[in-house]
Amino acid sequence: LKRQAINMRIVFSRLQNSELFTLTYGALVTQLCKDYENDEEVNKQLDKMGYNIGVRLIEDFLARSSIGRCQDFRETADVIAKVAFKMYLGITPSVTNWSPAGDEFSLILESNPLVDFVELPDNHSTLIYSNLLCGILRGALEMVQMAVDVRFVQDTLRGDNVTEIRMKFIKRIEENLPAGDE
Amino acid sequence: MADEVLFEFLHMEIVSHVYKEQQSSKGEMDSKERTMCVSVLESMGFRVGQGLIERLTRDSPSFKDELDIMKFICKDFWTKVFRRQVDNLRTNHQGTYVLQDNKFVLLTQLSSGKQYLDQAPKYLAFSCGVVRGALSNLGLESVVTAEVSVMPSCKFQVVIQKL
Repeated sequence: LKRQAINMRIVFSRLQNSELFTLTYGALVTQLCKDYENDEEVNKQLDKMGYNIGVRLIEDFLARSSIGRCQDFRETADVIAKVAFKMYLGITPSVTNWSPAGDEFSLILESNPLVDFVELPDNHSTLIYSNLLCGILRGALEMVQMAVDVRFVQDTLRGDNVTEIRMKFIKRIEENLPAGDE
Repeated sequence: MADEVLFEFLHMEIVSHVYKEQQSSKGEMDSKERTMCVSVLESMGFRVGQGLIERLTRDSPSFKDELDIMKFICKDFWTKVFRRQVDNLRTNHQGTYVLQDNKFVLLTQLSSGKQYLDQAPKYLAFSCGVVRGALSNLGLESVVTAEVSVMPSCKFQVVIQKL
């Protein structure tokens, strides 16, 4: 009996820390699907909530990474992929598919910690499960004076081979606008 | 592996969202709405707590008794979920346990002392659910509540339900 108790502890200790975040995120999406009538509303809520997280997360990021101001959008892309994603999600997406103007790129995620053990039920084909991430990126970048558009263009949850997030630079934001919750 | 800070931010935003959603147009929340919010958060936590334990084997009993399970909750589980061990466990040996965490991770960002004390229950509901969910998958049905008198210290009361 003692050996079994020890085994439980060992197995439990091997659970990655992402379990808590992943499970909590799953519970959130489930709750939102209950609260709202359609996937579009859920997607919007996830984006809003992500935005509210992003405008605060950026401070944590800047404090812990001691990254200075990025010179251009290419540098921003690298910082997002190699520093931010690594720090918060433990993955390093690749940066590809730059537009000729250099104002748009893709992040390709081989794996997505948010979707571990998740399967989309049949009646949620237009749900963008990980949409929180888009809001987070948008909110965080707004706090460093960049207005961006962020969206998923491929999603392994929907049968694509990879998960692809497309980020487009819209414009620079004037410094004096206050950040509000959405 | 997701950073722990990400969970904390997500939790705060979930609490904020749930309360915003329940807010009817009149402004002040009534106690029925507040109870609803706590209930929603608690049941989300319950599913998470169950999920955290699900990975463990569920064959024959792996803990020798109820107290052993509670010790697991106070040490291994609390460390995994709340990043430290419970500081103090008390029991009346009749199914009631009080778990005291002096620096509860989800309260430390709020304040230390008495400021925002009335806000604390919002930030404990989910965690109560997590503990109740974990116990449920370990074979124990319970009622879990929490109280705070001085932030960020809090006491979780677990009352095991005898069937």
